[in-house]
Amino acid sequence: MALVLNEDQQLLKDSAQAFCQENAPISMLRRLRDSKDAEGFDRDLWQQMVALGWSGMAIPETYGGFAFGYGGLGVVLEETGHTLVSSPLIPTVLLGATLINELGNEAQKEALLPRIVAGELLLALALDEHQVHAPTRIATTARATGAGFVLDGSKLFVLDGHVADQLIVVARSAGAADSRDGISVFLVPADTVGVTITRTWMVDSRNSATVVLQNVEVPASALLGEVGSGYAGLEKSLDIARIGLAAEMLGSMEETFARILDYLKQREQFGVLIGSFQGLQHRAATMYSEIELCKSVVRAALAALDDPAATASEIARFASLAKAKLSEVAALVSNEGIQMHGGIGMTDEFDIGFFLKRARVAQQFLGDELYHRDRYAALSGF
Amino acid sequence: MQALQEFQESTRAWLEENCPPSMRTPMVQDEIAWGGRNATFKNPESKVWLERMAAKGWTCPTWPTEYGGGGLNKEQSIVLSQELARINARPALTSFGISMLGPVLLEYATHEQKMEHIPKIVRGEIRWCQGYSEPGSGSDLASLSTKAELHGDYYTVNGAKVWTSYADKADWIFCLVRTDFEVPKHAGISFLLFDMASTGVSTRPIQLISGSSPFCETFFDNVQVPAGNLVGGLNEGWNIAKRLLQHERTMISSFGLSSGQSDRGGTTSVMAAVEVAAMHYRGDKERLSDPVLRDSIARFKIDSEAFAYTSRRSIEESKQGQGPNATSSMLKNYGCELNKRRYELLLQALGHQALGWEGEGFTPEELQVTREWLRSKANSIEGGTSEVQLNVIAKRVLGLPDLVAMAKK
Repeated sequence: MALVLNEDQQLLKDSAQAFCQENAPISMLRRLRDSKDAEGFDRDLWQQMVALGWSGMAIPETYGGFAFGYGGLGVVLEETGHTLVSSPLIPTVLLGATLINELGNEAQKEALLPRIVAGELLLALALDEHQVHAPTRIATTARATGAGFVLDGSKLFVLDGHVADQLIVVARSAGAADSRDGISVFLVPADTVGVTITRTWMVDSRNSATVVLQNVEVPASALLGEVGSGYAGLEKSLDIARIGLAAEMLGSMEETFARILDYLKQREQFGVLIGSFQGLQHRAATMYSEIELCKSVVRAALAALDDPAATASEIARFASLAKAKLSEVAALVSNEGIQMHGGIGMTDEFDIGFFLKRARVAQQFLGDELYHRDRYAALSGF
Repeated sequence: MQALQEFQESTRAWLEENCPPSMRTPMVQDEIAWGGRNATFKNPESKVWLERMAAKGWTCPTWPTEYGGGGLNKEQSIVLSQELARINARPALTSFGISMLGPVLLEYATHEQKMEHIPKIVRGEIRWCQGYSEPGSGSDLASLSTKAELHGDYYTVNGAKVWTSYADKADWIFCLVRTDFEVPKHAGISFLLFDMASTGVSTRPIQLISGSSPFCETFFDNVQVPAGNLVGGLNEGWNIAKRLLQHERTMISSFGLSSGQSDRGGTTSVMAAVEVAAMHYRGDKERLSDPVLRDSIARFKIDSEAFAYTSRRSIEESKQGQGPNATSSMLKNYGCELNKRRYELLLQALGHQALGWEGEGFTPEELQVTREWLRSKANSIEGGTSEVQLNVIAKRVLGLPDLVAMAKK
């Protein structure tokens, strides 16, 4: 397992960095927020990202992808974290394509994956039903009929829910309320009768929605994977997405820290640079150490995703390791981002607040540090 | 190749014959054989084992036979270590003479000096201590001021040393002394050997919070040392001092490895992993029942795992030539703090059972946890304090300004 980037990954990182700084700076997110943009992301920018191949980064070549692996996608996500890019990269590519790849049959993969690569299809995962991530607590029902299934339930915090062409809906076709058994996954076109989508405005200015399903009829061909046994593939996809999200979080905390360091080296008080104060130096050194640990964890976890010998339980452990550690340090660094900038850090005009807001949503999404420490402990046998 | 195989076979046979049974069990702290004039052997088989190994020169297997060493080449000495490890043999002799002084004597001393001192090191007859740190010279070792003045055939030594490991039990000292006060500090230091039984030498053990007193204050009041005990040239001691420090670091790192294993009391111990200890003491089977402790331990394990990847990444990066050297400060600091956290968690896991001092009511392993917990507090002091490491990161890695330097401008 390599913990440093190879030459290809380094080149990709450099070009992604240049692209994000030039084409997707934080001012873009600010503009989308201030104009209350109906879609919440920039379609032109997305098409440019597609043209760079980012939509097909981890998709196998047989389905039109570029087989750059999750290591490649992770590097791109890390760079989008630096400028807080709001795009379908996480909902459609990291979550959507992964779910289809893990759960879909050959016909579904052939039909859908090339369209994702081409930037023609947007997806959204309709999973959570509670205020915190709880992927087995599924009350949405899937009732088999002669022709297919009928879905009923409500979903919260559906990333890109209001712009997606198709929803990936997690429903319960059998089993007790918190059971892994009896979970089925469906592809539901967003315009299906009975689907009501309402946008929710989140603090990080990214897209989210609630989805209500009332008597939603879908054909049998809408099923991703087997009836009642979708959880294994769902869980593995979530683990892949957690690791990818951790890569984005790494980029955001590195950027926050770089901005803190710049400020410590230019802000003067009492006639000296504030970066010369030991009280701030030790906190900066502590943050540096923690971010170094985060970087190692993300590299190790991404390498595991591209290792054909890695088992699902090993990947699960890596995912919880990464999401727990990154969430913890994201809180530390984003808080210090405000505090070390002092009063100016509290102003909306200054960008550092965007990092705090994004950090909290990313911490919650797909499980916070408490969720993942609990899971890590269980996976480690205690 | 065939000769090496024969050597292996004869070594294995000799060890089978000569290594006493109790010397094949894990080492206990108070049975370490340090040698010396006043050597005591709590276990009589330790004495037998030392005498047999010393007779073959295998306490110092690669040193020349001329000075009592084993005269083995590198391949043979590897075979010997492997065969010793195979039967879990304890070290026959542990001493600063072997790990620090001997190698520099072989490199810098005269034939007469080697003939006088090295065989006694090999046989464990003389126990040495290291006279380096002084009350006023900690990190800035070269500022030392213990004075040696030549009067006729003798040096007169006056001054004080501190943190002298086992000075109260040592027979001789290898000592850094200042022989010239007029030149830059590194250029006036000499390397002197003398008998701790000399008139004017006194020691005072420093008792540590863990109850042990491995370190001493050492005082020299007009100690008379024969001029022939100077090693290397007059005022040329600093090079020997630095060379010896390299050997010391190697020794400390190998001590760290072995104590790391004995800390855990062998692989079967419940103390090996904090979560296993916590579940054992609470009688939990599949899941640690205390949710707060469970979360704390999970956090510790996550940090330990992340730290292990970081150490590995640092090695990979240094191979590729992109690793900043000051990363070692980060690793030193984080690693030491993690070890301290480990013991605090063990204390939470064991409760009162980890707070016994001695006697009945506690297992030997529990008493060991108590003492090791206290010992772990030094981790963030020795080898540069955690605060110093954070200063180094701030200035050398992050490039933050130095307030002292700014004030001088």
